[in-house]
Amino acid sequence: MNIVVCIKQVPDARDVRLDPETNTLAREGVQSIMNPYDQHAVEEAVRLKEQLGGEVTVLSMGPPQAQDVLRQAISCGADRGVLVSDRAFAGADTWATSYTLAKALKKLGSFDLIICGKQAIDGDTAQVGPGLAIQLEIPFVTCIQKIREAGETEIIMERMMDDGYDVIAVEYPLLLTVVKDINEPRVPSLKGKMKAKKAEIVVLSAEDVGADPAKIGLAGSPTQVVDVFPPPLRGEPALLTGSVDEQVEQLVKKIAVYL
Amino acid sequence: MDYFLTEEQSMIVEIARQITDEQIIPNRAELDEKDEFPRKILENMGQADLFGVPIPEEYGGFGGGCFDIVLALEQLGRGCVGVATAFAASALGIYPIMISGSEEMKQRYLPDVAAGQKFAAFGLTEANAGSDASGIQTTAELDGDEWVLNGTKQWITNGGEAQIYTIVAITDRSRGARGASMFVVEEGDPGFTCGPKEKKMGIRASSTTELIFKDCRIPADRLIGRKGTGFITVMKTLDSSRPGIAALGLGIGQACVDEATTYAKQRIQFDKPIISFQAIQHILADMAIQLEASRALVYSAAKHIDAHPKDMSKVSSMCKVMATDMAMKVSTDAVQVMGGYGYMREYPVEKMMRDAKILQIYEGTNQVQRNVIGQELNKEYSRK
Repeated sequence: MNIVVCIKQVPDARDVRLDPETNTLAREGVQSIMNPYDQHAVEEAVRLKEQLGGEVTVLSMGPPQAQDVLRQAISCGADRGVLVSDRAFAGADTWATSYTLAKALKKLGSFDLIICGKQAIDGDTAQVGPGLAIQLEIPFVTCIQKIREAGETEIIMERMMDDGYDVIAVEYPLLLTVVKDINEPRVPSLKGKMKAKKAEIVVLSAEDVGADPAKIGLAGSPTQVVDVFPPPLRGEPALLTGSVDEQVEQLVKKIAVYL
Repeated sequence: MDYFLTEEQSMIVEIARQITDEQIIPNRAELDEKDEFPRKILENMGQADLFGVPIPEEYGGFGGGCFDIVLALEQLGRGCVGVATAFAASALGIYPIMISGSEEMKQRYLPDVAAGQKFAAFGLTEANAGSDASGIQTTAELDGDEWVLNGTKQWITNGGEAQIYTIVAITDRSRGARGASMFVVEEGDPGFTCGPKEKKMGIRASSTTELIFKDCRIPADRLIGRKGTGFITVMKTLDSSRPGIAALGLGIGQACVDEATTYAKQRIQFDKPIISFQAIQHILADMAIQLEASRALVYSAAKHIDAHPKDMSKVSSMCKVMATDMAMKVSTDAVQVMGGYGYMREYPVEKMMRDAKILQIYEGTNQVQRNVIGQELNKEYSRK
């Protein structure tokens, strides 16, 4: 089975600060990590490969230093890494990103399964996985908590829901996004780290993947970030005291003001 | 201090550190409390190739030396010496095979251990034979094409958990030290059982049991090396493995310096963090000095051993004594700095102090190590 895992390098959420001047994320001096959901996606892909054979390709769009997360994925069992990197991609929203990844995937050839993390912890949109499936015109299922069986022609999965889970069977090719419950990512192995050190990461530019300049980067993004600001402070909290009846009475009065 | 590790060595440290921080430290208190063997964590270490570090590449390992295993054990020991002991004992169990075993034997046992799929254990100690290995009572007699083992080993780490046991038994009592041989006994061999888990002061995540041999029959090809070479194999095994125990001492020392210093910066008494008092600073300074000095000796000794010199025993014993005495002293001091909190099980230094004690006892007590050093000095100066 040929599997592609899309991964993203994100700032470590334990160390996020806003630049007070620009109100954007301060990236300087903040350590970058592989998006935690993507670590589960890589792990699931490697487990499927170990079970069924095939190849796991990890794909990322990002600046040159995003090679680090591709190497990390290789150290955990992925076979090769591809980085789509070009200054023209800067400012891409989820739609432009999905388009760019789709172009890269078409360039890379055929595949049976694409796995993404449910969402990235920086943007938190959960849109790139589904967007990519739309661009590729293949089915997608989000929030997978378990793969029950990966068969010859179809895959049977559990999709996490608020009140339980759905069991879904889909034929290949398809895209799925995974939640953290699906597995426990492995620690990189020594042999994996050595392989990752030597691995050659394929770097593709906008031209290499044949991307339409009007559809990538800031220009190709329907979403424009107008302003970033911390949420405004809430009003003063008030503590109601007295018997339950008295408290209810006070509460009703407070609400009545707004009616 | 920067020891200018190679890229491979840095990778070993990174992997061992990640397992320690993510899997050992969050679970160590519970493993200790429940006397629970850390099978899942050890399997993960296997998947990460850590068990393969000391095993040659042709048997599925990494082909690392003493220094490489020291670096891994130092990290693991920083998290939990109980877990690290289970790991180290498996390496100890296969050293006799690596040192004296036949090619066929190495092919048979080493790849599974390198992959973390099987654990090993080393069986030397008995009720009347610990520091004095010549008191061994366990016997092995050849009967046709089988060896028949009888006797009981005591306090064997990984007992009941390992699948491969390397055992010292007497094959010819009249020949004294040359009358001992080593054998591989496998889990499930007829006549071989393990006793109940011992209840210990520390390193409670590790399993310690008796190994009982009652007319235990094993094939003739389970003899490690030649008949009568058991003691030589044991001595070479312990010379190679002792710096690993020293490394566990470094791990405890580092963890204690980390815990005590962090605490001293936070703990307010007399309106100041207690680290601002010289009485506390001097304790912490002495802890740090002893730790760094021990680390320097352990690393140097490990590198020396990797050059396969003839005088391994002395430096091997020296680093074991220094680093494990340091661990005992520094862990006691860490509890002192942290006062009542340090004495409570809620904080990790209490466990570190209990764990540190075994380091001065197992793999040759520190008194026996000093004997070795003294005897070597005597020999050296007789030649001058």
